[in-house]
Amino acid sequence: MSVLTHRRTSLRVPTRSMHMVERNVMAYRHNWIVIVSGFFEPVLYLLGIGFGLGSLVPAVSTGGHTVSYAVFVAPALMATSAMNGAVYESTSNFFYKLRYAKTFEAVIQTPVGVEDAAMGEVIWAVIRGCLYSIGFVVIMQALGLIASPWGSVLSVLAALLIGFAFAALGTAITTFMRQWQDHEIVTLALQPMFLFSATFFPISVYPPVLQAFVEVTPLYRSIHLIRGLTTGQIDAGLLVDVLYLVLLGLVGLAVASLRLRRRLLK
Amino acid sequence: MALMAGTIHVVEYNALVFRRIWRGSIAVSFFTPLFFLAAMGIGLGSLVNRSSGGVNGVPYLDFLAPGLIAAACMQTGAVEATYPILAKIMWDKTYEAVLATPVTIADLLRGEVVWNTIRMCIVATMFWVVMFLFGVGHSLEALLAIPASILTGLAFATPIMAFTATRRNDSGFAAINRFIIIPLYLLGGTFFPIAKLPLALQAVAWATPLAHGVALTRGVVLGNLTSTEAVMHVLVPLAYFVAGLLIARALLLKRLAK
Repeated sequence: MSVLTHRRTSLRVPTRSMHMVERNVMAYRHNWIVIVSGFFEPVLYLLGIGFGLGSLVPAVSTGGHTVSYAVFVAPALMATSAMNGAVYESTSNFFYKLRYAKTFEAVIQTPVGVEDAAMGEVIWAVIRGCLYSIGFVVIMQALGLIASPWGSVLSVLAALLIGFAFAALGTAITTFMRQWQDHEIVTLALQPMFLFSATFFPISVYPPVLQAFVEVTPLYRSIHLIRGLTTGQIDAGLLVDVLYLVLLGLVGLAVASLRLRRRLLK
Repeated sequence: MALMAGTIHVVEYNALVFRRIWRGSIAVSFFTPLFFLAAMGIGLGSLVNRSSGGVNGVPYLDFLAPGLIAAACMQTGAVEATYPILAKIMWDKTYEAVLATPVTIADLLRGEVVWNTIRMCIVATMFWVVMFLFGVGHSLEALLAIPASILTGLAFATPIMAFTATRRNDSGFAAINRFIIIPLYLLGGTFFPIAKLPLALQAVAWATPLAHGVALTRGVVLGNLTSTEAVMHVLVPLAYFVAGLLIARALLLKRLAK
């Protein structure tokens, strides 16, 4: 009881997150088919949009280079799938644990703290996203959609960072949710990002004001980063993307931890 | 009228539940077509029109918009036939309570199919309005896109309800979405002509109700359907719907009758 009544006001650096990750691995041991089948979705998008629809769009100009439509769209699909995986895990699944399964109420009775639980959930979402990214990069490499082997390795690392940023953001947002219908707001935010962030066509088709707006949204920065790495157009702009995503992730994590503490330690 | 009374009660129950959640649902049904037509129809469409002069002789937006209505009804019809139905069979046990009244299992099934139709009608109508605002389908026949896409959705709804009637947990639903609904959505003729697929896949695509539903909806909007095509594109989804209905009825009887 004394542990619970003694409320700290500053956040502690999470050191016991791996226990939370281990809990999730155990929970999914009998449901691994759900995780494996998630790999097919981005690949279907690549075949349907990249090659099927791509047959109607011969070549696209990006960053001064002209590339085939599949080369253009594949990195965007990879970034989107890293985002979707992280957001799904950190909103729907996390909400269920928070609201119904009361998983965290049990967790914080142990030496694992609120910060560890929040960080552990984010790490788990990142690990899950990482599996899909590796699978996707292997397919891209096999289809000849990546400029160099370095591009493959670096783009998997970039996908990890994207997963971290969106998982932290999703966890933070979920702590504000009260009911399932609130998830439709997430859908309404994700869908335009998915469609308008230079995913399927370059943003040069927009008026300048709209271009500037799109350029500060997180999925645009994610796609810009991965596309730079897979097409081999490496420049200082990629550093901006990395900084942006690191900052977004850290802010999300801090908000999530503070909110979780308020919700759980009462 | 006694035949319909039970059905109407089931529809009324669903409408009462929907009354509490409709705002978010309507917002999604309006913004989804708006975003999709703006991004894919106009943004991506500008690339398609520039490089290959549109698709099958029409601008990409005109090709895409009606196909997306049919695909949206497929998705609504499929989702409404899974989780909500299983919840009422197993988790909330709503049907146990319903069947303690004069409402029969046949009423239940009819009521759920009618309710699913109403949901698809909302989705299709919102989509149609957005399409109209984008300047596609300015003819009276284009209104037929709404029943055509609902027929497409029904061809998925009843077979999936039959599947749901056999389930003990929800793990099969993710598989239906990943291995049937999403592949059909991406490859089934909505975003590009089926003729662009490899031959073997073309045969598979034409065996599914989505390809016919998309062709029917697109045909009535663009006004270029021959009567033979129209009959075939109606009969295939209709056959899936009727077969699904009969199987769902038998399986629900087996599951719920005590």
